[in-house]
Amino acid sequence: MNALAPIDPQLWSSGDQPHLMGGKLASGEIVFPMPQGDAANDVEPYQLSRVGTLWSWTSQGFLPKEPYEGPGSGENEGPPDFEPFLIGYVELPGEVIVESRIVDATLDDLELGMAMEFCIVPFNKTHSTYAFRPQKLAEKAA
Amino acid sequence: MSENVYIIGAGIHPFGRTEGRSGREQGVYAVRKALADAGLEWKDIECAYGGSSAAGSADIMVNELGLTSLPFTNVANGCATGGSALVSAQLAIASGMYDLALATGFDKHPRGAFNAKPADYGLPEWYGQTGMMLTTQFFAMKIQRYMQLHGISRTTLGRVAEKAFRNGTKTPHAWRRSPIDLETIMNAPMINDPLTKYMFCSPSEGGVALILASEKKMRELGADGVKISKVAVKTRPPDSFEVFQAGVSVNEGGKPTMLASQAAFEGAGIGPEDIDVAQLQDTESGAEIMHMAENGFCKDGEQEEWLANGWSEQDGKLPINTDGGCIACGEPVGASGLRQVYENVEQLRGRAGERQVAGRDGNGPKTGYSHVYGAPGVSAVAILERLGN
Repeated sequence: MNALAPIDPQLWSSGDQPHLMGGKLASGEIVFPMPQGDAANDVEPYQLSRVGTLWSWTSQGFLPKEPYEGPGSGENEGPPDFEPFLIGYVELPGEVIVESRIVDATLDDLELGMAMEFCIVPFNKTHSTYAFRPQKLAEKAA
Repeated sequence: MSENVYIIGAGIHPFGRTEGRSGREQGVYAVRKALADAGLEWKDIECAYGGSSAAGSADIMVNELGLTSLPFTNVANGCATGGSALVSAQLAIASGMYDLALATGFDKHPRGAFNAKPADYGLPEWYGQTGMMLTTQFFAMKIQRYMQLHGISRTTLGRVAEKAFRNGTKTPHAWRRSPIDLETIMNAPMINDPLTKYMFCSPSEGGVALILASEKKMRELGADGVKISKVAVKTRPPDSFEVFQAGVSVNEGGKPTMLASQAAFEGAGIGPEDIDVAQLQDTESGAEIMHMAENGFCKDGEQEEWLANGWSEQDGKLPINTDGGCIACGEPVGASGLRQVYENVEQLRGRAGERQVAGRDGNGPKTGYSHVYGAPGVSAVAILERLGN
């Protein structure tokens, strides 16, 4: 079985320690995601921090409509195949606050300001996506 | 000095689901109601502004209303469509060019949450593919953080929805007209934590029309008018946190609602303490809570006390969303902002029936405030004032 392809090849850097890719504007401001097309002029690709703190979060309890491509969105699938997930915003200190899937946690585990770590996770049968998980859990598992 | 502008006619097509009647037909229905209210005929209207988000162009309404050759400008400005139509109609009269103008908005959406295309918002495809492009998530995450920072409880979220359904029972144009108790609201299926099913509004259908007149025309007609003190529309400033943002600045920026609110109060020459009735964007319970503070009606965190004490109820010190708001009426995007203005016009003219607000002296409210917010970070505020007494 082949490895899952990134949902977008430009979204994070390759290697053992991938970084989410942001952009550094001429002003020095860091943005996410890296702008595309003409908006990318004068923007340097910038590897974002792999650690940050939880800024906010929520659960996704129902199957999103198109263009969602996760479980439940397939041709012969529907709401029963949907897997609820958590998303949130993680503040990467001095850089930018990024929206992300939150994994390896339940709603009860989450609190404002908790330490979070970047990771790559399976998204659907063909693709992987990025996520953040509580840092302590990641360390314990290591 | 520009002309004073008044709303002399207001019409609405009930919100909700109306099988067999298109969004535009609901708009036409509202226009006819507004004309009858003002004692006018369609041929009297000199210019028109209107639009919808998902139900087609407004200028086609002339097929049903009459081919009077009036200039009819389509407005397509997302959640601010109604607010922008109102501003345009107001300017047309304030400039002195016209004496009678129409502002209208209508819509008809498919069931379920709005779905948006990433490219339409300048976002990469993965943002939608991975399930992040949902307006409901934004509202949930905005209130989640706000609750943590300012001590707002889940019960307070529930109380906002309970009030909305209670007000909806008294409102002929509302969609949800049955009360729902706090326990049911709190225990309903979670859509996006901390917001349950009954704390959200749903896309719906409806139409609203307002007829605006110059002061001279209003006096000539002997019409019962409400003065537009100020309408302000603002888009997002730098570093703000809005719907559909994959990345947010670490610098805390301004908010379009605060800018629109400040501009409206400044233009009207009054402050939040002078407002007698308010309609605030309540896409969900949390939005009403945060918008109370963003519009200057209370400080962050005080909403807990407001809701516990019923200060935003019909008989409270500042009744908010007296017709049940978006939660009870649903949100036909093109019509929603004008519904808020319609409700204030009815309240200020003392025609709100069972849901009529008493006002400070018991003779009805003298000032009305409405606020709409939507993607990708746009707010419109309208302040109305009752004439005379």
